[in-house]
Amino acid sequence: MKRQFWFALKSLIVLACLLTLWHFAVIALNIPKYILPGPYPVAMAVKDRLPDLLNSLLLTTEAAAMGLAGSVVAGVAVALIFAQWRALRQLLFPYTILLQTVPIVAIAPLIIMWAGSGIYPVALIAFIICLAPIIANTTQGLISVEENLLHLFLMHNATRMQVLFKLRLPNAMPNLFVGIRISSGIAVVGAIVGELFASSSRVGVGGLGYAITYASAQLETDYLFALVLAATVLGFAFFFIGMFLEWYFLHNWHESNRSDIPE
Amino acid sequence: MVSPKAQNAVAEVAIDGVSKQFRSGALALRNISMHVEKGEFVSLLGPSGCGKSTLLKLVSGLTQPTSGAIKVKGITPVQARELMSFIFQDATLLPWRTVEQNVGLGLELEHTARQIRKEKVARMLELVGLTHVATRFPRQLSGGMKMRVSIARALVSRPRILLLDEPFAALDEMSRDRLNEELLRLYTEHHWTVLFVTHSVAEAVFLSKRIVILAPHPGRIAHVVPVELPWPRTAELRLTPAYEHEVARISRLLRSVQTAQSEASEGGIA
Repeated sequence: MKRQFWFALKSLIVLACLLTLWHFAVIALNIPKYILPGPYPVAMAVKDRLPDLLNSLLLTTEAAAMGLAGSVVAGVAVALIFAQWRALRQLLFPYTILLQTVPIVAIAPLIIMWAGSGIYPVALIAFIICLAPIIANTTQGLISVEENLLHLFLMHNATRMQVLFKLRLPNAMPNLFVGIRISSGIAVVGAIVGELFASSSRVGVGGLGYAITYASAQLETDYLFALVLAATVLGFAFFFIGMFLEWYFLHNWHESNRSDIPE
Repeated sequence: MVSPKAQNAVAEVAIDGVSKQFRSGALALRNISMHVEKGEFVSLLGPSGCGKSTLLKLVSGLTQPTSGAIKVKGITPVQARELMSFIFQDATLLPWRTVEQNVGLGLELEHTARQIRKEKVARMLELVGLTHVATRFPRQLSGGMKMRVSIARALVSRPRILLLDEPFAALDEMSRDRLNEELLRLYTEHHWTVLFVTHSVAEAVFLSKRIVILAPHPGRIAHVVPVELPWPRTAELRLTPAYEHEVARISRLLRSVQTAQSEASEGGIA
């Protein structure tokens, strides 16, 4: 506990130093506010436009959460099918890698063009970017079951479904959470990329991605900084929630979660 | 109407002319024939590569013989699975289940009603002295405790035949001795038919009525030796000269198998 306190304190001191440096650098070098605002104008922008900021944050959170949740449901379903039919897995698995390698920034405009504006196309982009890690990790966990455990189930004349849901799926839980951890960070990135291209129903109101393009076009650089800050915090929050869920579901039995607090 | 004589004629486990060739082409077992009587405790002893674990997997129906036939109570191993329990070398517990959930696994897979399952599991945990760790997870247990859970899981479905594949190989000697004694105690109470794979002579002598010594490359039966020690057997037996004598006798036989093998392989090189 004491060590963690000192660790936190040291991190905060580093942050304070960086903010001070930033503050005086902007003044000393006489940089205009629209190119690089100091920490104080950014803080003021947060304070003055808090309702707008929270609104954007909420919209992006919704889209990212929808995409991530959808990718978990769909990814686990695909993995379950892959685990059951080896031939199908070998046939289609390479294509799930395409999901990961396709540049999301390049296909985002296409998806917006096909699916229109609004929250759902944005969630769809987050979904696409999240899907591959979930499928790959969960499939890995489903198919790498210890042979003796499989034999144990066979000795009890277990059905295919019993093997799948009482052995393979629990065995894949640690892998699924690795997938969720990877996807939780990129879900926010996916949603913001989507919003960069999605138009909004009302001028000046939209998710973080939309607000970022708008603020940069208006040269509201201080607000732009506030938005970037919010996006970073949101990504971190998603990642942390993923970690917490992993700890919550696995800490009782899994070796990787021996400690009593999330790391 | 089957006459008593005909019933006796059906061995509990009948292995007749069984050979097993792996897909790689290696011959694991060649022409194995042995019968195990009801209530008999038979150990399969031999150096590594003699196919003793493969033989056990064949009896359990987890793999099929290349030629020959195996009958368990006169039916095929797969049909007879409900009568058999398999205890693996590692405890092979499901790490996400508590001790009691692990013990209840078989009953759960066989759709035993929850209430009956709970009662049976509780009784079994008491029998093997695990009641105090019923709600723990496997990773919180020592190796010996895990093995106990594994045994409890095998016994809870009331098997008639027990197949054990080097169950205590990974344990320290003290835990191994204690579990041997406990296994014997349960055996004398329940009169299972037991096939026990081991590479420990002392363990085989202490537990068995009969020891089958296998020779490797390819796996074949080298000796069938009845153990000439009185029943019931207790921990004190290990301290008697008769026991030492039996261990020495079996060790010599086992060594002769290994020497013959190394001479044969040297001859092959020359």
